[in-house]
Amino acid sequence: MDKQVVITNDVTVRFAGDSGDGMQMTGTLFSKNSGSIGTDVNTFPDYPSEIRPPADTLYGVSAYQVHFGSKKMNTMGDKIDVLFAMNAASVKVNIPNLNKGAIIICNEAGFGPKNLKLAQYENNPLLNGEYSDYTVHAINIPEIMKEELKDLSLPLNQIERTKNFFALGIAYWLFNQPLESTIDWLKNKFGKKIEIFESNTRALKAGYEFAKNDESFPFYYNVPKIKQKPGIYRNITGNEAAALGLVAAAKKADLSLYLGSYPITPATEILHHLSGYKQYGVKILQAEDEIAGIASAIGASFAGNLAVTTTSGPGLSLKVESMGLAVIMELPLVIVDVQRAGPSTGMPTKPEQSDLLMSMWGRHGEAPMPIIAAKSANDCFYASYEAAKIALKYMTPVMVLSDGYLAQGTEPWLVPTLDSLPEFELNIAKNPDEYKPYKRDPETLSREWAHPGTPGFEHQIGGLEKENITGIVTQDPKNHQLMTELRAQKIDGIVRDVPNAVIEGEESGDLLILGWGSSYGAIKNTFDKLVEQGHKLSFVHLRWLNPFPANLGEILSKFKRIFIPEMNMGQLSTLIKTKYLRDVLGYHKMHGKPFTALEIEIELMKLLNGGN
Amino acid sequence: MTNIDAKNNEYMLQEIQPLTAKDFKTDLDVRWCAGCGDYSVLAQLQKLFPTLGIPREKFTVVSGIGCSSRFPYYVNTYGFHTMHGRALPVASGIKIANPDLSVWVITGDGDGMAIGGNHFIHAIRRNMDLKILLLNNEIYSMTKGQYSPTTQQNSKTKSSPFGVVDYPFNPIALALGSGATFVARTSYSNPKHLNYILKRAAEHKGIAFVEIYSNCVIFTDGIFDQWTNKNYIDENAVFLEDAKPLIFGREKDKAIVIDNFTPKEIQLSGNEKELMIHNEKNVALAQMIATMSHDNNLPRPFGVFLDIEKPSYDELINHQITKEIERKGKGNVDDLLKGSDFWEIS
Repeated sequence: MDKQVVITNDVTVRFAGDSGDGMQMTGTLFSKNSGSIGTDVNTFPDYPSEIRPPADTLYGVSAYQVHFGSKKMNTMGDKIDVLFAMNAASVKVNIPNLNKGAIIICNEAGFGPKNLKLAQYENNPLLNGEYSDYTVHAINIPEIMKEELKDLSLPLNQIERTKNFFALGIAYWLFNQPLESTIDWLKNKFGKKIEIFESNTRALKAGYEFAKNDESFPFYYNVPKIKQKPGIYRNITGNEAAALGLVAAAKKADLSLYLGSYPITPATEILHHLSGYKQYGVKILQAEDEIAGIASAIGASFAGNLAVTTTSGPGLSLKVESMGLAVIMELPLVIVDVQRAGPSTGMPTKPEQSDLLMSMWGRHGEAPMPIIAAKSANDCFYASYEAAKIALKYMTPVMVLSDGYLAQGTEPWLVPTLDSLPEFELNIAKNPDEYKPYKRDPETLSREWAHPGTPGFEHQIGGLEKENITGIVTQDPKNHQLMTELRAQKIDGIVRDVPNAVIEGEESGDLLILGWGSSYGAIKNTFDKLVEQGHKLSFVHLRWLNPFPANLGEILSKFKRIFIPEMNMGQLSTLIKTKYLRDVLGYHKMHGKPFTALEIEIELMKLLNGGN
Repeated sequence: MTNIDAKNNEYMLQEIQPLTAKDFKTDLDVRWCAGCGDYSVLAQLQKLFPTLGIPREKFTVVSGIGCSSRFPYYVNTYGFHTMHGRALPVASGIKIANPDLSVWVITGDGDGMAIGGNHFIHAIRRNMDLKILLLNNEIYSMTKGQYSPTTQQNSKTKSSPFGVVDYPFNPIALALGSGATFVARTSYSNPKHLNYILKRAAEHKGIAFVEIYSNCVIFTDGIFDQWTNKNYIDENAVFLEDAKPLIFGREKDKAIVIDNFTPKEIQLSGNEKELMIHNEKNVALAQMIATMSHDNNLPRPFGVFLDIEKPSYDELINHQITKEIERKGKGNVDDLLKGSDFWEIS
């Protein structure tokens, strides 16, 4: 039959199934394919914190969402247009996220009596009209695959395991994408396990052919390419980007990279990636606890490495005392906090932006620390690189804030060359005759870095307050006042390296949206949409949270109202109110989920229509 | 990685003269109480360092918090006074970052056994090439007299007016149980033995744990006398020597035998075949000796309990790096950034 072509510029697809169904792999392959044919892609994996929760249950559903199209996507997509579901439970949990008229492509074999019971369906929703708002394709994938694979005489469970590739085959047909790169990938991954390669390749092709030939699929989509800068691209998660940013920084600074870390969701992948980079000289201590992770990094920094520790909320709480040591020692250190919903264990796999105030003030004593927040998965590379640059130039710990959304989401990244990245300025002690541990550079107030093993710079310092310049332990009252002020001035002075904030939209006026961190995408999409509709609106997105850009105060003064959406109870709002004595309009979401563009739009429309 | 400029080279040339204990003294006044056992340890370490053939700048002394942890300020080399309990992870980071350094950790029974207990067992388990000197005075002195994890049961302290109910740690047994490759005990009161043990620790590659009894004149004065005072030492202490029996007593007339897997004291009768012979390479024996005084009321052993060889963490981790670079060549960061799954837009 002749199939129709539907042109679309923006689609959200979600692959959902049991935790063992390979949905993360399927989604990753689909997003890579979509990126490599020239559409923009933004993805998000959504899986339970349990590893293999009981099969077919509602809480065991694992999903991977891919938002792609012919403009900059910026977010994971608000609502699902096409849902691929491997069983009843994975449809049920995703129904609230479906767009009106969405397509559901589901594995009919996952709707047996047992599946339905575990999904808490009393009747089969495929038969009783419960999904009648949607276009449903119920396909018994194992039945088809039994036929396709009969010559291989595989056990039934192995045949069933090909269902994700069958679904991916349908997806490739539905979005007019080629199969080749996925077949190559299968060859690389399973080339030696010929049965797995063969069965999955056949499933991929069978899914494609099924959709192509079956009359239940009357049309396919064509998603035009986005205009992109020429260059090398790859998909990258925020966590991998952070790892690469640190390796690039170490190379650029000509230092060994040291990571002291303890596994914690959702930061662990940074440890995974860095522990594979032996060839790049990366040294790792998977420590006995979070404290040892940062403490060992402080040791490595004292000894002259570019030292890093990575963590998430509960781990950050444990690292607090050590951060204070790094502050008073004035040693370079990068702390990457991949924020998750708290307090306490909270929701480990779910993002939140609720560690900002802790990063700012969560240490005993006056212990100022610079903070940079990544705004996208790709920006995790640049944020960690920039953090290392500031840490080494100013001899200070620097906090990098990411979150569970950025950490695991992906988007295509225009890969930079090392040459194109900013140069480092190190403050390594060179003259033993003039060396004093706390003598400072007159401009940056940075003290010199003298590493054990270098003759002539032997010195003894620690967590006790020390005399200005000499570093000798003292409790002199005036000296403590002076040192406290110097430490604060040094951090404030980093502003000279913080780029000015850039206003999008009107230079002054009624309403300014002020965002930070991972909510960039949702705000940006809404902002673009409303401006296109003719609304007068402005948008500033902050990367440096401490110090704020030098021109921020002036920008704020040009607007009547400041709207700050954040995934917390108003932490940036608190900082803005405190520093600039400005009232702000906060919008606070704590669902363990990123903002959708629609949520921000609704709030903004209320304000634009005269609300406050 | 440090750029050593011409001035630095010049400086290195000046430094070639042999070092003395004086070279390892800082200008600071030592502020321990008069009669504190820690003075003796400091003096022996300052005496030992110049004899090891290691340039001064290659030493790093790291400590936590407590009386003994003021140590780094008094040793003229690189010194880092860290946080309570955290000297070992800081020192681990230093050693991994620069394996050329000789890294010494000074800790106490509170710092090392209580708040730093987790780091203690793990640094030892990894066989990190660090020297740990645990200056044990069986009390929290810096906070003015609370019981510590090594304080004996029933002791009355500021925080145990009715007597301590906790059972104490035996640091030697804990170190052995954590997989230590070098374990020794000595005392502030015996400078010669102290110096010998510190030298043995310095010569050991891998983790070296030394428990040093250090008398606190203020809060626990005299608690070690039964093993350290010259009037009792012969009867109550036994000095371990490799491949030799454990003989003690004023007349050298007593020894240890193993009877039904249990060490026992006997009077020497000439039948020396049955005597327990010390073997620094035998972990099981070390464990038995470690507990014989604490659990069986036998003389307290001093000396080297165990000295075995095992590759250290810093060595292994740097070996993995070297091997991988040999195998694949030094990584090109531009290739790493690109990864294997890239595509090109022209």
